[in-house]
Amino acid sequence: MATTVTTSPLTKSGFGSDLKSSANRYRIGMWVACASILMMFTALSSAYIVRAASSTDWTPLQMPRILLVSSGLILLSSITMEAARRKWQDATQRPGVLLLATIVFGLGFLVCQIFAWRQLARQGIFVASNPHSSFFYVFTATHGIHLLGGLLALSYLTLRRRSVPNNQGALARSKARADAVALYWHFMDFLWIYLFVLLFFVR
Amino acid sequence: MGRVLAVIIWLITLGSVSLFFVKKWWFPAAISQHAAALDRQFLLTITVVGIAFTAAQVGLGYVVWKFKDRGPSDRAVYTHGSNRLEVVWTVVTAVIFISLAVMGQSVWASLHFNKAPENSFRVQVVAQQFQWNFHYSGKDGVFGRTDPSLVDDSALNYVGLDSEDPNAKDDVVHSVIAIPVDQPVELILRSRDVIHNFWVPQLRFKQDLVPGMNISVHFTANRVGKYELACAELCGQFHFRMKSYLLVLPADEHAALMKLTQDEFQTRMTELLAKYPLPDYPQ
Amino acid sequence: MSAETHEAVHRHEPPKSFIRKYIFSLDHKVIGIQYIILALAAVLVGMTMSVLMRLRLSWPGTSWSILGTLFPTGAPGGIMNPDFYLSLVTMHGTIMVFFVLTTAPQGGFGNYFLPIQIGAEDMAFPVLNMMSFWVTLVGFLVILLAILVEGNATVAHALGDVLGISSAGATVGPIGGWTGYAPLSAVGNTAGPGQGAGMNLWIISIAIFCVGSLLGALNFITTLLNMRTKGMTLMRMPLTCWAWFTTAVLALLSFPVLLGGGILLLLDRTVGTSFFIPGGLVFGSGVLKNHTGGSPILWQHLFWFFGHPEVYIAILPGMGATSHILSTFARKPIFGYRAMVFAIFAIGLLGFFVWGHHMFISGMSPYSAMTFSILTLSIGVPSAVKTFNWLGTLWGSRIRFTPPMLFAIGFVSLFVAGGITGLVLGQTSLDLPMHDTYFVPAHFHLVMGVASIFGMFAATYFWFPKMFGRMMNDKLGKLHFWITFVGVYCIFVPMHTMGMVGMPRRYAEFTQYEYLKSIHPLVVFVSIAALITVVAQILFYFNLVWSIFKGKKASENPWEATTLEWNTASPPPHDNFAGVIPTVQHGPYEFAVPGAPRDYIMQSEPEGAGG
Repeated sequence: MATTVTTSPLTKSGFGSDLKSSANRYRIGMWVACASILMMFTALSSAYIVRAASSTDWTPLQMPRILLVSSGLILLSSITMEAARRKWQDATQRPGVLLLATIVFGLGFLVCQIFAWRQLARQGIFVASNPHSSFFYVFTATHGIHLLGGLLALSYLTLRRRSVPNNQGALARSKARADAVALYWHFMDFLWIYLFVLLFFVR
Repeated sequence: MGRVLAVIIWLITLGSVSLFFVKKWWFPAAISQHAAALDRQFLLTITVVGIAFTAAQVGLGYVVWKFKDRGPSDRAVYTHGSNRLEVVWTVVTAVIFISLAVMGQSVWASLHFNKAPENSFRVQVVAQQFQWNFHYSGKDGVFGRTDPSLVDDSALNYVGLDSEDPNAKDDVVHSVIAIPVDQPVELILRSRDVIHNFWVPQLRFKQDLVPGMNISVHFTANRVGKYELACAELCGQFHFRMKSYLLVLPADEHAALMKLTQDEFQTRMTELLAKYPLPDYPQ
Repeated sequence: MSAETHEAVHRHEPPKSFIRKYIFSLDHKVIGIQYIILALAAVLVGMTMSVLMRLRLSWPGTSWSILGTLFPTGAPGGIMNPDFYLSLVTMHGTIMVFFVLTTAPQGGFGNYFLPIQIGAEDMAFPVLNMMSFWVTLVGFLVILLAILVEGNATVAHALGDVLGISSAGATVGPIGGWTGYAPLSAVGNTAGPGQGAGMNLWIISIAIFCVGSLLGALNFITTLLNMRTKGMTLMRMPLTCWAWFTTAVLALLSFPVLLGGGILLLLDRTVGTSFFIPGGLVFGSGVLKNHTGGSPILWQHLFWFFGHPEVYIAILPGMGATSHILSTFARKPIFGYRAMVFAIFAIGLLGFFVWGHHMFISGMSPYSAMTFSILTLSIGVPSAVKTFNWLGTLWGSRIRFTPPMLFAIGFVSLFVAGGITGLVLGQTSLDLPMHDTYFVPAHFHLVMGVASIFGMFAATYFWFPKMFGRMMNDKLGKLHFWITFVGVYCIFVPMHTMGMVGMPRRYAEFTQYEYLKSIHPLVVFVSIAALITVVAQILFYFNLVWSIFKGKKASENPWEATTLEWNTASPPPHDNFAGVIPTVQHGPYEFAVPGAPRDYIMQSEPEGAGG
């Protein structure tokens, strides 16, 4: 080793110099991930807009009514998620029930989406039936897959909660993870509302 | 080592520049005004490019020739740069590059923004996998109706011409394009299957034929002769064989040709293709 | 607190088992080397394909009996058929762009050196990092499968059933070029050979690759933002880190677009949607039913919105490595550090607004074409600024001509040579004759292909001692440089003139065209140059393998360089700095500081060292 090196002893968390900032990686990572997902949906929605504007074969879908229910459910789940996140930041509180509620609402949302598919399928409208239905299925499926990821993260969070961390580093990381999951969940909520409006209310 | 590298960089520069300078391999002679204008723009650009390329490589050779390590006692110049220089070379390159971009637009604009003149000779170009079809309107100057569902290659109906349509009676479809010299020509390009590209090197432009779109281009050829026509967008297995000819004919010869019926046209085209040789390409 | 310390220390003990240490490793250094090995394997495949293409182009009728044995369907009797050639074009492009030019510079060297250079012990998310490599590897295996499924009737039948789309098994891979333009790529077997199951696998492979790259990009960005050591301010980062960071941002925002487009294309092919397929297409004499109204141009927009940033994903890390290495061996601070950072950012940003210049001839609006053209030529400005700064760095320097330095200088030369013809292709009007001729491959091979690879050669010779604790052989390295440097110019400069004569790309042969006859000697010349250059790469591969075992032992800082990776053992321990993370007191390129005891000051040396 070179002779004149200054070093700082390994800091307590093992990463960088500041516990809080080290835990921040989960928040940063999630923002970055959301940017990337947003980009994909931006690409798909510009394809949607271009395809809708340039074609003569566009037959607008009748909105399956159940989508109103799913939209309500996902909005509700965002509220419980936010409440759970706030409780999570306080080590004395138990956010378990709220997390479970979020999971239930999330599952309910997915079930409603599947009902919407079935409803369309009964009318004989499938992926390839017309461009609007193609985009409807693509958007809902892609969003649904991303939401499943969110459900997995929520389940992980719920299970993790059982061991309350008793040291600051782990606590900071645990809070940051909860923030990250909540951010993702709100983002999925926002994304659905955006897609819903784009699909059925923009002409 | 530095000197060897400098000499090699300079030799490469000399070799590269002379390859363009001796013009042994160059564009085939242009046959339209648009092509001539484009050649001028190319010459201007390639000159700027050549000068910039040479300057950069000669400079690079110079610094590696001159500034080599001469032992620990002799250190490099300690500097972190100069804001003034940064501003100067940013502005200078920006001015040169943007001007080139702007100048390059004029030929583009003349090709794309002016509508084809009223007296244009019109041909519908229908490309299909590995074959060109040129649909001429015949004596009446009106194109017959076409429909993809009427396409029948075995009956030689490549463009799906509707034989019921009175306008289609005198229409002619042929695999070679014949146009009059010195008269504006409008091509209406479409494709039956995948994307193809209309490319006659002497005309200096390419245009994709995109299925689902009718794309119109216009130009005026000013030299009689026979020229090769190639497909320039990957269209499948035999892309490289999708070849035809562009015949630029004297006005009277062309006018006479356009009065013929399909069968007469066929015979006459064979004669004309034999009559006009390809340009003399350098060997 | 004590529990936490315990956890931290525990977490950084190197894994014991072979599998956790070398296969499913969480260590960014091992993952980096895995990426590099993947790229080294992929580049062999890609290079072999280019040699086969050259054989077909320069000696079209010749029979190569070994090919007949290896590819009975693609080269019956040893003569390559056109489908074989076109699938080579497609696979060469795809493999080189994705699995070589995207993996080695970013996944490979970026992964290995970004954390060390910013003073971190690992990436922010080691598990994601491991996943990104394994996902990428799966992508590579799938693309190889695409070759098999089109090239071998047995595999074709077996896999065709699984994929629900048959394949004739008559070619050697999918046909579509690396751009896969619809509707050729979208309608399946009706469009001819090479459009069956192999094309599905081609799309799937790229989709998988997108996912892998996105995981990687997320990790790079978070690591750089969150894990810099004390004193490592943004403006003290080595230029390599800036380049990797910008590349990660480009990847993060462009790969999702390709992924989205790929999903739509796959749906067009498999379930019969019409995103890119217009109505009324006629193949043979039958109208293609069930498709209406799709837009082939839409695919081009989605593809090139990704495709153009991808060019910068390939070359930015090379620029970073070149800046880093030039300064080190010039023994002089980098000229205009700030300008270099801004230039990287400007290139990255502008790179998102120029995709349309790939589509001037597609029938897009002529007005947007003009905008794209002006933006395209503007991107030349930051590129020129970088070149000026490299020359400025070398001016008044004291150059040490080591193999990495030779390749870095080669990078500058090639970057200028390849980049400058962008001034021709970026102009709306001049693109009309040049588009899809050999002028275009000449341009992009020099700049995004060869220049990027020179950046990676420089990086390999430079960092090899750190990665393996031994030096690469100097003489072999220099010989490798001379042959390759002259070789690539001999290959790609003549291609420009071929393009001017009007030689179209992606032609299996040119014998039918009179106007191309005169160019044949040049075609043969290029092929011979290519063969020699490819064979010379044996020197590199041999040098790599030989040096790992027999190279001269490397010290901690053999090049007398300044950045943090030279502060630790060669190779670095599992946690990079053996538990003692250096703090940073200086800029990254403090060479030739007047009054300092040595001609370089390391980033970690105490403030005021040597005045």
